[in-house]
Amino acid sequence: MPQTTSSTSPFEDDAPAPDAPVAPAAQSSTDALDSLLDEIDDTIQTNATQFVRSFVQKGGQ
Amino acid sequence: MMLGEIPTPLSVDPARRILGLETEFGLHFDAPNSRPVTPEEVAGHLFHSVVEWGRSSNVFLTNGARLYIDVGAHPEYATAECDSLSQLVAQDKAGERIVHDLVARGEARLAAAGVEGTIYLYKNNTDSAGNSYGCHENYLVRRRADFKAFASVLLPFFVSRQIVTGSGCITRGTEGAHLSFSPRADHMWEGMSSATTRSRPMINTRDEPHANAELYRRMHVIVGDSTMAEPTTRLKMGSTDLLLRILEARLRLPDLALANEMQAIRAIAHDVTGKATVELADGRHLTATDLQESLLETVRSQVDGVIERTDEVDAILDLWERGIHAVREEDPSGVQTELEWAIKFRVLERYRERLGCALDDPRLARLEMAFHDVSPTRGLFNRLQADGLVTRIVSDEDIVAAKTSPPDSTRAALRGRFVTAALESGRDYTVDWVHLKLSGNEPRTVLLKDPFRNVDERVDVLLETLDAQ
Repeated sequence: MPQTTSSTSPFEDDAPAPDAPVAPAAQSSTDALDSLLDEIDDTIQTNATQFVRSFVQKGGQ
Repeated sequence: MMLGEIPTPLSVDPARRILGLETEFGLHFDAPNSRPVTPEEVAGHLFHSVVEWGRSSNVFLTNGARLYIDVGAHPEYATAECDSLSQLVAQDKAGERIVHDLVARGEARLAAAGVEGTIYLYKNNTDSAGNSYGCHENYLVRRRADFKAFASVLLPFFVSRQIVTGSGCITRGTEGAHLSFSPRADHMWEGMSSATTRSRPMINTRDEPHANAELYRRMHVIVGDSTMAEPTTRLKMGSTDLLLRILEARLRLPDLALANEMQAIRAIAHDVTGKATVELADGRHLTATDLQESLLETVRSQVDGVIERTDEVDAILDLWERGIHAVREEDPSGVQTELEWAIKFRVLERYRERLGCALDDPRLARLEMAFHDVSPTRGLFNRLQADGLVTRIVSDEDIVAAKTSPPDSTRAALRGRFVTAALESGRDYTVDWVHLKLSGNEPRTVLLKDPFRNVDERVDVLLETLDAQ
């Protein structure tokens, strides 16, 4: 079996594997989602249980 | 007095179909410090401004649509007759804004009545106690003697389409919570019947065509989820329309009759990996992706045949295929700006990771409610869309226009003109899907039996009598 050659130092094997590359568009979309979640976080967390329970309405058709 | 002779029905291209969507909105009044207020009381205040101009809480609007309070105090908006999907999506989205426009005055009236709080309107299908309300699709079909057999062929489609057109939800049970494709699936109790509230069928067979009954029937589908994402709504209505075109050309769909539709719709809803199989009447066991793929291939085989190829048809088939693929591969990244369940799951998952909580956490239930909030500024879906995280297929200009202007190529154009003119005149009038009537000493009525007819001399005469006042 041929030896895989590498020009990098052997110590690099111990370094954490880099994250899988993320396409720029996907990254910016995730950033946009995260900043939106930042903005609504307070609203969502405030009295969530009470807020959810207070929405009860008999069914329609 | 009935005005004039009823004109002969127009001869219509088979590819033209009247489509409509009816949406029941969830109505939530959040007022933690006030006395208890019933949904009926909130709905009454919400619709006060409607009653002021329309003298009723059950009105037709200048865009041809119907707006009213349905059973259970649900604000309901039914689009006017549309004959294209882009028109339908614009009219449907306009409804979200029309009901939202009632909120500020409703809150002010409640405050004046001593209850300070916030009104939320949700375009979703369940409240927090599990009560369900619907989104009903209407498709005008050519009358035939075997309607029930014709429609029942579509049941396997309606059972399995949720893997692409479902709105997605968290299902909470005694053993924790899980993601499901469709919040509506658990509330379906039979395949076809004429009942709605007591025993919800997927296809309602009540024969109310709102049109010339010798020529037409209305297929009334109540198994769908309400959807806010424009590409999802277009796919939901467009895929059904394409299958109907095949059936109306007297061609066959693959025989996918299910052994038990109720079991199948639930099994499919609760397995977002798409691996669950359902039993067919012939004993085969297939997944929802198998069923949908088979139907998609049948439609594809008829493009350039009974289905004329258009950019819109191509777009529908493309999204349908990518949706099936996303489920089969358990990789929603290819549809996460277009299919409602994928848009929603992405947000829920990201927020759940951030909180490090389980799926049954009440903050995620709160997030689901925020997602469906129709408020343009507060609603999470609308904010995702504003930030470019949801694909659009109609413009804001089209939606704003659709709030006041009817589709111009159907009967809705006549109704819209009449409502606008009658309101300006101050005369008493009544309108329904097939009648325009001026009340008073010399009542005059026009019967509009042809939903495709957008020009009618009798309506011109009726409007002239208004001008003459």
